[in-house]
Amino acid sequence: MLEFRFHGRGGQGSVTSAELLAVTAISDNKFAQAFPSFGPERRGAPVQAFARISDTPIRNRSKVYRPNVVLVLDYSLVSMVNVAAGLAEDGLLVVSTSNSEEQVRRETKWNGRLAMVDGIRIAMTHIKRPINNTVMLGALIKASGCVNMSQMEEAVKERFGKIAAVNLNALKEAFETVHICEGVKHG
Amino acid sequence: MGKRKGVESSIALADSAAMCRIEAIAAYPITPQTHIVEHLSEWVNDGHLEAEFVPVESEHSAMSAALGMSAVGARTFTATSSQGLALMHEILFIAPAMRLPVVMAVANRSLSGPISIWNDHSDIMTDRDIGWVQIFAENGQECFDLVPACFRVAEDKRVVLPTILNFDGFVVSHMIEPIEFWTQEQFDAYLPPFDPQIKLDVRKPVAMGAVGIPEIYYEARLAQQNALLNAKAVVVEAFAELEKMVGRKYNLVETYKADDADAILYLMGSLSETAMTAVDNLRKQGKKVGLVRPRLWRPFPTEELVAAFGNVPVVGVCDRALAFGHEHHMVAQEIRALFYDAPHRPKLVEFVIGLGGRDVTIGDMEHILNRLLEVKNGAPVGPVEYVGVRK
Repeated sequence: MLEFRFHGRGGQGSVTSAELLAVTAISDNKFAQAFPSFGPERRGAPVQAFARISDTPIRNRSKVYRPNVVLVLDYSLVSMVNVAAGLAEDGLLVVSTSNSEEQVRRETKWNGRLAMVDGIRIAMTHIKRPINNTVMLGALIKASGCVNMSQMEEAVKERFGKIAAVNLNALKEAFETVHICEGVKHG
Repeated sequence: MGKRKGVESSIALADSAAMCRIEAIAAYPITPQTHIVEHLSEWVNDGHLEAEFVPVESEHSAMSAALGMSAVGARTFTATSSQGLALMHEILFIAPAMRLPVVMAVANRSLSGPISIWNDHSDIMTDRDIGWVQIFAENGQECFDLVPACFRVAEDKRVVLPTILNFDGFVVSHMIEPIEFWTQEQFDAYLPPFDPQIKLDVRKPVAMGAVGIPEIYYEARLAQQNALLNAKAVVVEAFAELEKMVGRKYNLVETYKADDADAILYLMGSLSETAMTAVDNLRKQGKKVGLVRPRLWRPFPTEELVAAFGNVPVVGVCDRALAFGHEHHMVAQEIRALFYDAPHRPKLVEFVIGLGGRDVTIGDMEHILNRLLEVKNGAPVGPVEYVGVRK
Protein backbone atom coordinates (compact mmCIF):
# COMPACT_ATOMS: atom_id res chain seq x y z
CA MET A 1 0.00 0.00 0.00
CA LEU A 2 1.16 3.52 -0.79
CA GLU A 3 0.07 6.35 1.50
CA PHE A 4 0.09 10.01 0.50
CA ARG A 5 -0.18 13.28 2.38
CA PHE A 6 -0.84 16.61 0.66
CA HIS A 7 0.04 19.98 2.20
CA GLY A 8 -1.55 23.05 0.69
CA ARG A 9 -3.70 26.05 1.44
CA GLY A 10 -7.48 26.16 1.33
CA GLY A 11 -8.66 26.91 -2.21
CA GLN A 12 -5.48 25.68 -3.85
CA GLY A 13 -6.82 22.29 -4.79
CA SER A 14 -5.00 19.90 -2.45
CA VAL A 15 -8.18 17.92 -1.85
CA THR A 16 -8.86 17.78 -5.59
CA SER A 17 -5.32 16.44 -6.11
CA ALA A 18 -5.92 13.64 -3.64
CA GLU A 19 -9.30 12.87 -5.22
CA LEU A 20 -7.91 12.74 -8.76
CA LEU A 21 -5.14 10.43 -7.59
CA ALA A 22 -7.63 8.01 -5.99
CA VAL A 23 -10.10 8.16 -8.87
CA THR A 24 -7.29 7.40 -11.34
CA ALA A 25 -6.02 4.45 -9.29
CA ILE A 26 -9.55 3.04 -8.97
CA SER A 27 -10.17 3.36 -12.71
CA ASP A 28 -7.01 1.24 -13.07
CA ASN A 29 -8.75 -1.46 -10.98
CA LYS A 30 -6.75 -0.70 -7.85
CA PHE A 31 -8.19 0.12 -4.46
CA ALA A 32 -7.82 3.69 -3.25
CA GLN A 33 -9.06 6.30 -0.80
CA ALA A 34 -8.86 10.08 -0.72
CA PHE A 35 -10.07 12.39 1.99
CA PRO A 36 -9.46 15.85 3.38
CA SER A 37 -8.28 16.62 6.88
CA PHE A 38 -11.82 17.29 8.00
CA GLY A 39 -12.60 20.72 9.31
CA PRO A 40 -14.12 24.05 8.41
CA GLU A 41 -12.87 25.05 4.97
CA ARG A 42 -10.98 28.32 5.07
CA ARG A 43 -9.45 29.83 1.98
CA GLY A 44 -5.73 30.40 2.47
CA ALA A 45 -5.40 28.43 5.69
CA PRO A 46 -3.01 25.44 5.80
CA VAL A 47 -4.90 22.27 4.87
CA GLN A 48 -3.99 18.62 4.50
CA ALA A 49 -5.44 15.87 2.37
CA PHE A 50 -4.68 12.17 2.34
CA ALA A 51 -4.78 9.29 -0.11
CA ARG A 52 -4.03 5.58 -0.13
CA ILE A 53 -3.51 3.23 -3.08
CA SER A 54 -3.42 -0.54 -2.69
CA ASP A 55 -3.80 -3.77 -4.66
CA THR A 56 -6.14 -5.11 -1.99
CA PRO A 57 -9.20 -3.57 -0.24
CA ILE A 58 -8.17 -0.81 2.18
CA ARG A 59 -9.43 -1.38 5.68
CA ASN A 60 -8.25 1.68 7.53
CA ARG A 61 -10.05 4.99 7.95
CA SER A 62 -7.49 6.82 10.06
CA LYS A 63 -5.38 9.72 8.86
CA VAL A 64 -2.02 8.98 7.23
CA TYR A 65 0.81 9.16 9.78
CA ARG A 66 3.59 7.29 7.90
CA PRO A 67 3.26 8.47 4.28
CA ASN A 68 5.32 7.07 1.42
CA VAL A 69 4.84 10.30 -0.49
CA VAL A 70 4.33 13.89 0.68
CA LEU A 71 3.29 16.62 -1.75
CA VAL A 72 3.72 20.28 -0.85
CA LEU A 73 1.58 22.55 -3.02
CA ASP A 74 2.51 25.75 -1.22
CA TYR A 75 6.18 26.23 -0.45
CA SER A 76 5.51 28.84 2.24
CA LEU A 77 4.20 26.02 4.44
CA VAL A 78 7.69 24.53 4.70
CA SER A 79 8.65 27.14 7.31
CA MET A 80 5.44 26.51 9.30
CA VAL A 81 5.00 22.74 9.40
CA ASN A 82 7.41 19.81 9.27
CA VAL A 83 6.22 18.59 5.88
CA ALA A 84 8.50 15.55 6.00
CA ALA A 85 7.10 14.38 9.36
CA GLY A 86 6.63 10.62 9.36
CA LEU A 87 7.79 10.30 5.74
CA ALA A 88 9.27 6.86 5.18
CA GLU A 89 13.07 6.84 4.64
CA ASP A 90 12.63 5.45 1.15
CA GLY A 91 9.79 7.89 0.56
CA LEU A 92 9.37 10.76 -1.86
CA LEU A 93 8.86 14.46 -1.22
CA VAL A 94 7.30 16.41 -4.10
CA VAL A 95 7.60 20.17 -3.72
CA SER A 96 6.26 23.08 -5.72
CA THR A 97 9.21 25.47 -5.77
CA SER A 98 11.61 27.45 -7.91
CA ASN A 99 14.32 27.21 -5.25
CA SER A 100 17.51 25.19 -5.48
CA GLU A 101 17.78 21.61 -4.26
CA GLU A 102 20.22 22.77 -1.59
CA GLN A 103 17.77 25.33 -0.22
CA VAL A 104 14.83 22.92 -0.29
CA ARG A 105 16.84 20.25 1.53
CA ARG A 106 17.97 22.77 4.12
CA GLU A 107 14.46 24.10 4.70
CA THR A 108 12.62 20.78 4.67
CA LYS A 109 15.41 18.83 6.42
CA TRP A 110 14.65 16.03 3.96
CA ASN A 111 17.58 13.97 2.66
CA GLY A 112 15.57 11.36 0.77
CA ARG A 113 14.24 11.31 -2.76
CA LEU A 114 13.04 14.76 -3.80
CA ALA A 115 11.02 15.97 -6.79
CA MET A 116 10.88 19.71 -7.46
CA VAL A 117 8.61 21.39 -9.94
CA ASP A 118 8.03 25.10 -10.56
CA GLY A 119 4.33 24.61 -9.94
CA ILE A 120 3.17 28.20 -9.71
CA ARG A 121 4.96 29.24 -12.92
CA ILE A 122 3.48 26.28 -14.82
CA ALA A 123 0.02 26.98 -13.40
CA MET A 124 0.24 30.68 -14.30
CA THR A 125 1.40 29.79 -17.83
CA HIS A 126 -1.46 27.43 -18.60
CA ILE A 127 -4.28 28.02 -16.13
CA LYS A 128 -3.53 31.73 -15.50
CA ARG A 129 -4.19 31.21 -11.81
CA PRO A 130 -1.85 29.99 -9.06
CA ILE A 131 -3.71 26.70 -8.69
CA ASN A 132 -1.12 23.97 -9.07
CA ASN A 133 -2.98 20.79 -8.13
CA THR A 134 -2.80 19.18 -11.58
CA VAL A 135 0.81 20.36 -11.92
CA MET A 136 1.75 18.48 -8.78
CA LEU A 137 0.12 15.31 -10.07
CA GLY A 138 2.22 15.46 -13.26
CA ALA A 139 5.37 15.76 -11.14
CA LEU A 140 4.21 12.95 -8.83
CA ILE A 141 3.48 10.54 -11.65
CA LYS A 142 6.87 11.13 -13.29
CA ALA A 143 8.72 10.70 -10.00
CA SER A 144 6.77 7.71 -8.64
CA GLY A 145 4.83 6.00 -11.43
CA CYS A 146 2.13 5.40 -8.82
CA VAL A 147 -0.66 5.75 -11.40
CA ASN A 148 -0.88 5.67 -15.17
CA MET A 149 -0.44 9.08 -16.89
CA SER A 150 -3.01 8.42 -19.62
CA GLN A 151 -5.61 7.42 -17.03
CA MET A 152 -4.84 10.57 -15.06
CA GLU A 153 -5.45 12.56 -18.24
CA GLU A 154 -8.88 10.91 -18.51
CA ALA A 155 -9.65 11.76 -14.89
CA VAL A 156 -8.61 15.39 -15.43
CA LYS A 157 -10.82 15.62 -18.54
CA GLU A 158 -13.80 14.28 -16.64
CA ARG A 159 -13.20 16.46 -13.60
CA PHE A 160 -12.49 19.83 -15.21
CA GLY A 161 -14.81 19.93 -18.24
CA LYS A 162 -14.29 23.29 -19.94
CA ILE A 163 -10.97 23.99 -18.24
CA ALA A 164 -9.65 20.47 -18.82
CA ALA A 165 -7.37 21.46 -21.74
CA VAL A 166 -5.29 23.98 -19.77
CA ASN A 167 -5.05 21.56 -16.84
CA LEU A 168 -3.87 18.80 -19.16
CA ASN A 169 -1.16 21.12 -20.52
CA ALA A 170 -0.08 21.93 -16.96
CA LEU A 171 -0.08 18.24 -16.04
CA LYS A 172 2.08 17.38 -19.04
CA GLU A 173 4.56 20.23 -18.61
CA ALA A 174 5.05 19.24 -14.97
CA PHE A 175 5.55 15.61 -16.02
CA GLU A 176 8.22 16.70 -18.48
CA THR A 177 10.01 19.35 -16.42
CA VAL A 178 10.00 17.97 -12.88
CA HIS A 179 13.50 17.84 -11.43
CA ILE A 180 14.09 14.58 -9.58
CA CYS A 181 16.94 14.38 -7.06
CA GLU A 182 17.93 11.06 -5.55
CA GLY A 183 18.44 10.85 -1.80
CA VAL A 184 21.54 12.36 -0.23
CA LYS A 185 23.72 9.83 1.59
CA HIS A 186 24.35 10.60 5.22
CA GLY A 187 28.03 11.41 5.96
CA MET B 1 -19.60 -7.68 -11.52
CA GLY B 2 -19.92 -4.04 -12.61
CA LYS B 3 -16.99 -1.71 -12.78
CA ARG B 4 -15.92 0.02 -9.61
CA LYS B 5 -15.86 3.79 -9.74
CA GLY B 6 -13.90 6.20 -7.53
CA VAL B 7 -16.52 8.44 -5.98
CA GLU B 8 -17.33 10.18 -2.71
CA SER B 9 -19.63 8.01 -0.61
CA SER B 10 -22.20 10.82 -0.14
CA ILE B 11 -22.41 11.36 -3.88
CA ALA B 12 -22.86 7.64 -4.48
CA LEU B 13 -25.55 7.51 -1.80
CA ALA B 14 -27.39 10.40 -3.49
CA ASP B 15 -27.07 8.68 -6.88
CA SER B 16 -28.50 5.54 -5.34
CA ALA B 17 -31.47 7.48 -3.92
CA ALA B 18 -32.09 9.09 -7.31
CA MET B 19 -31.93 5.69 -9.01
CA CYS B 20 -34.58 4.50 -6.53
CA ARG B 21 -36.76 6.97 -8.46
CA ILE B 22 -37.54 9.03 -5.39
CA GLU B 23 -40.41 11.45 -6.00
CA ALA B 24 -39.96 13.91 -3.16
CA ILE B 25 -36.90 15.36 -1.43
CA ALA B 26 -37.00 17.60 1.63
CA ALA B 27 -33.79 19.56 1.93
CA TYR B 28 -32.35 21.82 4.55
CA PRO B 29 -28.58 21.82 4.24
CA ILE B 30 -27.73 22.75 7.82
CA THR B 31 -24.09 22.73 8.95
CA PRO B 32 -22.68 20.13 9.24
CA GLN B 33 -23.74 18.89 5.84
CA THR B 34 -22.88 16.23 3.32
CA HIS B 35 -23.14 16.53 -0.46
CA ILE B 36 -26.27 14.35 -0.55
CA VAL B 37 -29.12 16.85 -1.02
CA GLU B 38 -26.86 19.19 -3.00
CA HIS B 39 -26.16 16.37 -5.45
CA LEU B 40 -29.85 15.44 -5.61
CA SER B 41 -30.66 19.06 -6.47
CA GLU B 42 -28.39 18.62 -9.51
CA TRP B 43 -30.25 15.45 -10.53
CA VAL B 44 -33.53 17.37 -10.41
CA ASN B 45 -32.19 20.58 -11.96
CA ASP B 46 -30.55 18.69 -14.84
CA GLY B 47 -33.87 17.01 -15.61
CA HIS B 48 -32.61 13.51 -14.82
CA LEU B 49 -34.96 12.99 -11.88
CA GLU B 50 -38.62 13.93 -11.76
CA ALA B 51 -38.98 14.75 -8.10
CA GLU B 52 -40.39 17.51 -5.96
CA PHE B 53 -37.32 19.16 -4.42
CA VAL B 54 -38.50 21.19 -1.44
CA PRO B 55 -35.94 23.49 0.17
CA VAL B 56 -37.32 24.28 3.61
CA GLU B 57 -36.31 26.66 6.39
CA SER B 58 -35.18 24.20 9.06
CA GLU B 59 -34.63 20.51 9.71
CA HIS B 60 -37.83 20.48 11.75
CA SER B 61 -39.60 21.63 8.60
CA ALA B 62 -37.61 19.20 6.44
CA MET B 63 -39.00 16.25 8.37
CA SER B 64 -42.49 17.82 8.46
CA ALA B 65 -42.42 18.32 4.70
CA ALA B 66 -41.13 14.78 4.20
CA LEU B 67 -44.10 13.41 6.15
CA GLY B 68 -46.56 15.46 4.14
CA MET B 69 -45.10 14.30 0.86
CA SER B 70 -44.98 10.69 1.99
CA ALA B 71 -48.62 10.96 3.12
CA VAL B 72 -49.77 11.81 -0.41
CA GLY B 73 -48.02 8.69 -1.65
CA ALA B 74 -44.67 10.01 -2.86
CA ARG B 75 -41.47 7.99 -2.36
CA THR B 76 -39.73 10.46 -0.04
CA PHE B 77 -36.07 10.89 0.89
CA THR B 78 -34.06 13.27 3.01
CA ALA B 79 -30.65 13.40 4.66
CA THR B 80 -29.27 15.03 7.75
CA SER B 81 -26.61 14.96 10.43
CA SER B 82 -25.85 15.99 14.00
CA GLN B 83 -27.70 19.18 15.05
CA GLY B 84 -30.01 18.76 12.06
CA LEU B 85 -31.18 15.38 13.32
CA ALA B 86 -31.59 16.86 16.80
CA LEU B 87 -33.79 19.63 15.41
CA MET B 88 -35.97 17.00 13.70
CA HIS B 89 -36.41 15.12 16.96
CA GLU B 90 -40.05 16.05 17.64
CA ILE B 91 -41.20 15.06 14.14
CA LEU B 92 -39.15 11.85 14.00
CA PHE B 93 -41.67 10.14 16.28
CA ILE B 94 -44.61 11.12 14.06
CA ALA B 95 -43.35 9.25 10.98
CA PRO B 96 -43.62 5.69 12.32
CA ALA B 97 -46.81 6.53 14.24
CA MET B 98 -48.42 7.61 10.96
CA ARG B 99 -46.76 4.66 9.18
CA LEU B 100 -45.03 6.86 6.61
CA PRO B 101 -42.12 5.03 4.95
CA VAL B 102 -39.72 7.95 4.53
CA VAL B 103 -36.07 6.99 4.07
CA MET B 104 -33.41 9.22 5.60
CA ALA B 105 -29.63 9.03 5.39
CA VAL B 106 -27.89 10.17 8.57
CA ALA B 107 -24.17 10.95 8.41
CA ASN B 108 -23.42 10.27 12.07
CA ARG B 109 -21.73 13.12 13.88
CA SER B 110 -21.22 14.62 17.28
CA LEU B 111 -23.60 17.04 18.96
CA SER B 112 -22.72 20.43 20.42
CA GLY B 113 -21.19 21.45 22.75
CA PRO B 114 -18.42 22.20 22.47
CA ILE B 115 -19.36 23.01 18.88
CA SER B 116 -18.25 20.12 16.71
CA ILE B 117 -18.97 18.90 13.21
CA TRP B 118 -16.93 15.71 13.42
CA ASN B 119 -17.77 12.03 13.45
CA ASP B 120 -19.11 10.04 16.35
CA HIS B 121 -22.50 8.50 17.17
CA SER B 122 -23.89 11.14 19.56
CA ASP B 123 -26.64 12.18 17.15
CA ILE B 124 -28.17 8.79 16.47
CA MET B 125 -27.78 7.44 20.01
CA THR B 126 -30.03 10.32 21.06
CA ASP B 127 -32.59 9.19 18.49
CA ARG B 128 -32.30 5.46 19.12
CA ASP B 129 -35.88 4.93 20.30
CA ILE B 130 -37.82 6.91 17.67
CA GLY B 131 -39.45 3.83 16.17
CA TRP B 132 -37.69 3.84 12.79
CA VAL B 133 -35.99 0.84 11.22
CA GLN B 134 -32.28 1.65 11.57
CA ILE B 135 -29.43 0.24 9.53
CA PHE B 136 -25.69 0.98 9.77
CA ALA B 137 -23.53 1.04 6.63
CA GLU B 138 -19.85 0.26 7.01
CA ASN B 139 -18.47 1.86 3.86
CA GLY B 140 -19.37 3.64 0.62
CA GLN B 141 -20.44 0.45 -1.13
CA GLU B 142 -22.91 -0.31 1.64
CA CYS B 143 -24.19 3.27 1.49
CA PHE B 144 -24.98 2.74 -2.19
CA ASP B 145 -26.41 -0.79 -1.85
CA LEU B 146 -28.52 -0.18 1.22
CA VAL B 147 -30.59 2.81 0.04
CA PRO B 148 -32.79 0.60 -2.18
CA ALA B 149 -32.88 -2.00 0.59
CA CYS B 150 -34.15 0.68 2.99
CA PHE B 151 -36.96 1.68 0.61
CA ARG B 152 -37.85 -1.95 0.01
CA VAL B 153 -38.17 -2.62 3.73
CA ALA B 154 -39.86 0.69 4.56
CA GLU B 155 -42.54 0.37 1.88
CA ASP B 156 -43.19 -3.36 2.33
CA LYS B 157 -46.85 -3.82 3.29
CA ARG B 158 -45.78 -5.97 6.26
CA VAL B 159 -43.65 -3.08 7.58
CA VAL B 160 -44.67 0.44 6.39
CA LEU B 161 -42.24 2.23 8.68
CA PRO B 162 -39.66 4.95 8.08
CA THR B 163 -36.07 3.82 7.82
CA ILE B 164 -32.74 5.45 8.64
CA LEU B 165 -29.49 4.57 6.92
CA ASN B 166 -26.67 5.50 9.28
CA PHE B 167 -23.11 5.98 8.04
CA ASP B 168 -20.12 7.67 9.61
CA GLY B 169 -19.78 11.39 8.98
CA PHE B 170 -16.57 12.48 7.23
CA VAL B 171 -14.69 9.16 7.47
CA VAL B 172 -17.29 7.59 5.16
CA SER B 173 -19.39 10.53 3.95
CA HIS B 174 -16.44 12.55 2.59
CA MET B 175 -14.27 9.62 1.54
CA ILE B 176 -13.51 8.93 -2.13
CA GLU B 177 -13.51 5.17 -2.44
CA PRO B 178 -14.27 2.43 -4.98
CA ILE B 179 -18.00 1.82 -5.34
CA GLU B 180 -19.69 -0.54 -7.75
CA PHE B 181 -22.89 1.02 -9.13
CA TRP B 182 -26.00 -0.93 -10.04
CA THR B 183 -27.71 -0.35 -13.38
CA GLN B 184 -31.06 1.42 -13.48
CA GLU B 185 -32.59 -1.90 -14.59
CA GLN B 186 -31.28 -3.55 -11.42
CA PHE B 187 -32.84 -0.80 -9.30
CA ASP B 188 -36.18 -1.18 -11.08
CA ALA B 189 -36.12 -4.96 -10.74
CA TYR B 190 -35.21 -4.79 -7.02
CA LEU B 191 -37.53 -2.01 -5.95
CA PRO B 192 -41.15 -1.95 -7.11
CA PRO B 193 -42.97 1.42 -7.26
CA PHE B 194 -44.35 2.73 -3.94
CA ASP B 195 -47.94 1.56 -3.61
CA PRO B 196 -49.37 2.95 -0.36
CA GLN B 197 -52.49 1.35 1.07
CA ILE B 198 -53.73 4.65 2.45
CA LYS B 199 -52.80 8.11 1.24
CA LEU B 200 -54.08 11.65 1.34
CA ASP B 201 -56.26 12.08 -1.73
CA VAL B 202 -58.91 14.78 -2.19
CA ARG B 203 -61.03 12.34 -4.16
CA LYS B 204 -61.02 9.82 -1.34
CA PRO B 205 -60.53 11.81 1.86
CA VAL B 206 -59.04 10.22 4.98
CA ALA B 207 -57.85 11.68 8.27
CA MET B 208 -54.25 10.93 9.20
CA GLY B 209 -52.42 11.74 12.41
CA ALA B 210 -55.49 11.89 14.61
CA VAL B 211 -55.47 12.39 18.37
CA GLY B 212 -54.91 9.27 20.47
CA ILE B 213 -57.19 9.46 23.48
CA PRO B 214 -56.27 7.30 26.49
CA GLU B 215 -58.57 4.53 25.17
CA ILE B 216 -56.54 4.34 21.92
CA TYR B 217 -52.99 5.62 22.48
CA TYR B 218 -51.68 2.59 24.35
CA GLU B 219 -52.85 0.12 21.69
CA ALA B 220 -51.54 2.33 18.90
CA ARG B 221 -48.07 2.47 20.47
CA LEU B 222 -47.99 -1.29 21.02
CA ALA B 223 -49.07 -1.89 17.42
CA GLN B 224 -46.15 0.26 16.35
CA GLN B 225 -43.76 -1.73 18.53
CA ASN B 226 -44.99 -5.00 17.04
CA ALA B 227 -44.71 -3.66 13.51
CA LEU B 228 -41.09 -2.70 14.12
CA LEU B 229 -40.16 -6.01 15.76
CA ASN B 230 -41.80 -7.89 12.88
CA ALA B 231 -39.78 -5.90 10.32
CA LYS B 232 -36.74 -8.11 10.96
CA ALA B 233 -37.93 -10.91 8.70
CA VAL B 234 -38.52 -8.41 5.89
CA VAL B 235 -35.01 -6.99 6.28
CA VAL B 236 -33.64 -10.54 5.94
CA GLU B 237 -35.63 -10.94 2.70
CA ALA B 238 -34.50 -7.57 1.35
CA PHE B 239 -30.85 -8.48 1.98
CA ALA B 240 -31.31 -11.90 0.36
CA GLU B 241 -32.83 -10.32 -2.75
CA LEU B 242 -30.00 -7.78 -2.79
CA GLU B 243 -27.51 -10.64 -2.84
CA LYS B 244 -29.35 -12.24 -5.77
CA MET B 245 -29.24 -8.92 -7.61
CA VAL B 246 -25.63 -7.84 -7.08
CA GLY B 247 -23.88 -10.78 -5.40
CA ARG B 248 -22.95 -9.11 -2.12
CA LYS B 249 -24.06 -11.07 0.93
CA TYR B 250 -25.48 -8.89 3.69
CA ASN B 251 -26.41 -10.32 7.08
CA LEU B 252 -28.26 -8.63 9.91
CA VAL B 253 -25.12 -9.12 11.99
CA GLU B 254 -21.66 -9.44 10.47
CA THR B 255 -18.78 -11.34 12.03
CA TYR B 256 -15.09 -11.24 11.24
CA LYS B 257 -12.89 -14.15 12.34
CA ALA B 258 -15.22 -14.61 15.33
CA ASP B 259 -15.80 -18.38 15.11
CA ASP B 260 -12.76 -19.58 17.07
CA ALA B 261 -12.01 -16.29 18.85
CA ASP B 262 -10.88 -16.02 22.48
CA ALA B 263 -12.20 -12.45 22.49
CA ILE B 264 -14.65 -10.57 20.29
CA LEU B 265 -14.96 -6.82 19.87
CA TYR B 266 -18.42 -5.37 19.14
CA LEU B 267 -18.55 -2.10 17.24
CA MET B 268 -20.95 -0.14 15.03
CA GLY B 269 -20.32 1.75 11.81
CA SER B 270 -17.11 2.08 9.83
CA LEU B 271 -14.61 1.54 12.66
CA SER B 272 -15.00 -2.17 11.97
CA GLU B 273 -12.85 -1.75 8.86
CA THR B 274 -9.92 -0.33 10.83
CA ALA B 275 -10.54 -3.03 13.45
CA MET B 276 -10.38 -5.78 10.79
CA THR B 277 -6.82 -4.77 9.97
CA ALA B 278 -5.98 -4.86 13.69
CA VAL B 279 -7.54 -8.35 13.94
CA ASP B 280 -5.44 -9.50 10.97
CA ASN B 281 -2.28 -8.09 12.58
CA LEU B 282 -2.98 -9.86 15.89
CA ARG B 283 -3.93 -13.11 14.17
CA LYS B 284 -0.47 -13.08 12.55
CA GLN B 285 0.91 -13.15 16.12
CA GLY B 286 -1.30 -16.17 16.88
CA LYS B 287 -3.80 -14.13 18.90
CA LYS B 288 -7.35 -15.34 18.32
CA VAL B 289 -9.52 -12.23 18.17
CA GLY B 290 -12.59 -11.41 16.12
CA LEU B 291 -15.30 -8.84 15.49
CA VAL B 292 -19.08 -8.58 15.55
CA ARG B 293 -20.91 -5.68 13.91
CA PRO B 294 -24.66 -5.07 13.61
CA ARG B 295 -25.85 -3.99 10.17
CA LEU B 296 -29.45 -3.92 11.41
CA TRP B 297 -29.75 -1.96 14.66
CA ARG B 298 -33.52 -1.50 14.99
CA PRO B 299 -35.30 -3.83 15.27
CA PHE B 300 -32.49 -5.11 17.49
CA PRO B 301 -31.16 -8.46 16.17
CA THR B 302 -31.03 -10.18 19.57
CA GLU B 303 -30.95 -13.80 18.41
CA GLU B 304 -28.41 -13.12 15.68
CA LEU B 305 -26.11 -11.32 18.11
CA VAL B 306 -26.31 -14.08 20.72
CA ALA B 307 -25.46 -16.59 17.98
CA ALA B 308 -22.60 -14.42 16.68
CA PHE B 309 -20.95 -14.17 20.10
CA GLY B 310 -21.41 -17.90 20.76
CA ASN B 311 -19.43 -19.08 23.76
CA VAL B 312 -16.67 -16.50 23.55
CA PRO B 313 -15.28 -15.83 27.04
CA VAL B 314 -14.58 -12.10 26.60
CA VAL B 315 -16.50 -9.42 24.69
CA GLY B 316 -15.36 -5.82 24.20
CA VAL B 317 -17.84 -3.06 23.39
CA CYS B 318 -17.02 0.25 21.66
CA ASP B 319 -19.21 3.23 22.43
CA ARG B 320 -18.95 6.35 20.28
CA ALA B 321 -21.14 8.59 22.44
CA LEU B 322 -21.61 9.15 26.16
CA ALA B 323 -24.65 8.26 28.25
CA PHE B 324 -24.12 11.17 30.62
CA GLY B 325 -24.70 10.21 34.23
CA HIS B 326 -24.49 6.46 33.69
CA GLU B 327 -21.29 4.46 34.11
CA HIS B 328 -22.21 2.21 31.17
CA HIS B 329 -22.75 3.97 27.85
CA MET B 330 -25.50 3.18 25.34
CA VAL B 331 -23.98 0.39 23.28
CA ALA B 332 -22.55 -1.23 26.40
CA GLN B 333 -25.99 -1.06 28.04
CA GLU B 334 -27.50 -2.85 25.05
CA ILE B 335 -24.90 -5.61 25.06
CA ARG B 336 -25.14 -6.03 28.85
CA ALA B 337 -28.90 -6.45 28.47
CA LEU B 338 -28.36 -8.89 25.59
CA PHE B 339 -26.37 -11.27 27.80
CA TYR B 340 -28.68 -11.15 30.82
CA ASP B 341 -30.91 -13.85 29.32
CA ALA B 342 -28.27 -15.47 27.15
CA PRO B 343 -27.23 -19.07 27.89
CA HIS B 344 -23.60 -17.98 28.17
CA ARG B 345 -22.47 -14.74 29.78
CA PRO B 346 -18.96 -13.53 28.82
CA LYS B 347 -16.84 -10.98 30.62
CA LEU B 348 -17.66 -7.56 29.21
CA VAL B 349 -14.98 -4.90 28.70
CA GLU B 350 -16.18 -1.42 27.77
CA PHE B 351 -14.45 1.25 25.70
CA VAL B 352 -15.29 4.70 24.40
CA ILE B 353 -13.44 5.71 21.27
CA GLY B 354 -13.34 8.38 18.57
CA LEU B 355 -15.52 11.04 20.18
CA GLY B 356 -15.95 14.24 18.18
CA GLY B 357 -13.72 13.09 15.33
CA ARG B 358 -10.74 11.98 17.45
CA ASP B 359 -8.82 9.86 14.95
CA VAL B 360 -8.99 6.09 15.50
CA THR B 361 -5.90 4.21 14.33
CA ILE B 362 -5.12 0.56 13.76
CA GLY B 363 -2.88 0.86 16.83
CA ASP B 364 -5.86 1.96 18.97
CA MET B 365 -7.77 -1.11 17.82
CA GLU B 366 -4.80 -3.40 18.50
CA HIS B 367 -4.61 -1.93 22.01
CA ILE B 368 -8.30 -2.70 22.61
CA LEU B 369 -8.01 -6.25 21.27
CA ASN B 370 -4.88 -6.93 23.35
CA ARG B 371 -6.70 -5.62 26.42
CA LEU B 372 -9.50 -8.16 25.78
CA LEU B 373 -6.93 -10.95 25.67
CA GLU B 374 -5.46 -9.75 28.99
CA VAL B 375 -8.93 -10.10 30.53
CA LYS B 376 -9.19 -13.56 28.96
CA ASN B 377 -5.94 -14.41 30.74
CA GLY B 378 -7.22 -13.25 34.13
CA ALA B 379 -6.70 -9.49 34.26
CA PRO B 380 -9.55 -7.61 35.99
CA VAL B 381 -12.25 -6.14 33.73
CA GLY B 382 -12.04 -2.64 35.20
CA PRO B 383 -14.22 0.36 34.45
CA VAL B 384 -14.90 1.74 30.95
CA GLU B 385 -11.67 2.81 29.23
CA TYR B 386 -11.66 6.12 27.34
CA VAL B 387 -9.29 5.22 24.51
CA GLY B 388 -7.23 8.05 23.04
CA VAL B 389 -8.27 10.69 25.58
CA ARG B 390 -5.51 13.00 26.88
CA LYS B 391 -4.98 12.64 30.59
